[in-house]
Amino acid sequence: MKDTPLSNCERDFLLKAIEEKKRLDGRQTYDYRNIKITFGTDYGCCFVDLGKTRVMAQVSCELVAPKETRPNEGILFFNIELSPMASPAFEPGRQSELSVKLNRQLERCFRNSKCIDTESLCVVSGEKVWQIRVDVHTLNHDGNLMDAASIAAITALCHFRRPDVSIQGEEITVVSAQHSTVCLIYCTSNLDPCEREERVMDGLLMIAMNKHREICSIQSSGGIMLLKEQVLRCSKIASVKVSEITELISKALENDKKARKAGERCGFAESMPQERITALKMDETPVEMKNVTEKAEDIVKKYEAPPQSVPSPLVPAPGVGQVGQGQQNSWGLEEEDGESEEEEEMVVEDQPKNKLDQGECCK
Amino acid sequence: ITSAMEVCKSTDISLREFGCEQNLLSRPDGSASFIQGDTSVLAGMYGPAEVKVSKEIYDRATLEVLIQPKVGLPSVRERSQEQCVRETCEASLLSFLHPRSSLTLILQVVHNDGSLLSCLLNAACMALMDAGLPMSCLFCGVTCAINSDGQIITDPTVAQEKESRAILTFAIDSTDHKVLMSSTQGSFSVYELQQCIAVCQKASEKIFLFYRDSVQRRYSKTL
Repeated sequence: MKDTPLSNCERDFLLKAIEEKKRLDGRQTYDYRNIKITFGTDYGCCFVDLGKTRVMAQVSCELVAPKETRPNEGILFFNIELSPMASPAFEPGRQSELSVKLNRQLERCFRNSKCIDTESLCVVSGEKVWQIRVDVHTLNHDGNLMDAASIAAITALCHFRRPDVSIQGEEITVVSAQHSTVCLIYCTSNLDPCEREERVMDGLLMIAMNKHREICSIQSSGGIMLLKEQVLRCSKIASVKVSEITELISKALENDKKARKAGERCGFAESMPQERITALKMDETPVEMKNVTEKAEDIVKKYEAPPQSVPSPLVPAPGVGQVGQGQQNSWGLEEEDGESEEEEEMVVEDQPKNKLDQGECCK
Repeated sequence: ITSAMEVCKSTDISLREFGCEQNLLSRPDGSASFIQGDTSVLAGMYGPAEVKVSKEIYDRATLEVLIQPKVGLPSVRERSQEQCVRETCEASLLSFLHPRSSLTLILQVVHNDGSLLSCLLNAACMALMDAGLPMSCLFCGVTCAINSDGQIITDPTVAQEKESRAILTFAIDSTDHKVLMSSTQGSFSVYELQQCIAVCQKASEKIFLFYRDSVQRRYSKTL
């Protein structure tokens, strides 16, 4: 499925508006869209809404053998799935350029920042370590998938509970995520581009920063030439935004923790908005079963069992099953030739048996 | 038959609470999320749109169904579920109205707490309705499980499914309440099968009422 192409007049309009410091949805140049974080029923599942961009992350873990070069460290595996639901341009066949780029950026961002201590994931050095797998599914693409994916991944990691395994029993502990790392996307001069703006942009600057104001990774793509002051200004704005987003994440995690302690039901089901006209909920309903047994009996009585057209299987020798009997050879050969052929087959079958006997005798 | 009658007693059959939200994603032409108890599925629909020449059918629309599991890549289990959903949709969609075009239905499993296939079917139907595609009838999915006592449980959770000896899922259409698709797992007798079908037909009436209510609610301001 192809995506609708961007028309020339749209492109000119967007570029001119950016020159005049105006944006399509009325935001200021350095404004972020509304971020909403919700959690799923089980630990490690979270949804992030960045304006209309929607992303879901799920963390799971498995005990595996470690890499040979690093026998003391656990394995972190990131996977961003560009689901065809997010945009008609995403094909289900994998490995488009964008998907490779996003995966690399996310991996680099998290590995370089060392936000997860991989040595703590080791159970038995050299034999068993935890492999933590983060799957990020993009549900709706309205620009800036990178940011949404990184927020979702870090929130899911903070929310996840890894089972602690000892040789005898199992306990649950929290994965120690030392500090949150958040990526920020910056395109030409606008922060957090929406989908239309992303199509029009020439270049992209991505800064990943943690809440201690340390830059974890910077990436500039698209071949635009940036001045030193621009990069410094971007990183200053990034530090402000990152602290805001980190606070939002920790608040969301705390709210969820409180709700779970109070025993409320958590999950996607509960977070569904009730006031909307497009949403409806129905409680548990019993179903009337008055005529069910009579109806079923009627149907069974009416229809007889199908006739036994297939003969039951025979076992003429161990390891040999036979269903039905072969028919006469109707290829027009004379009977004598047929019989001699059969004798030859019999002789051939006997020979291997003889060989076996000989082999056994020799032993 | 008399001995089977005593064993299969359907006493309290109930459906878990369900909820649905339509039009929650901005890019797909139609989208819906369907929730049965804790099982939830998100569906997105694109179509009718341009189709690749290799996949085009001269007189009908080409329907493609993709099921994305929550963890890992899609495997054989997802392929078989896709086939079940695709056959049900093709039976009810009027695909002759859109020749040489493609209809793509993408289903994302958000949480699986039992009766996944019926949740996928229900979400698919709501997404098709939201996209405004012409259909000859609506369809819904109902799962029932037969446990070791011979009792029939509708809409089982994962725990109930594990203890049962057979799990049957049926897709039922809205006009004649006939079975469009069936997918079963486990061993059961002919009589039990007919009982399950009858139970699912009764349960589907509730689901169709729910569809009607949610569409009525949605268009209440315009109609």
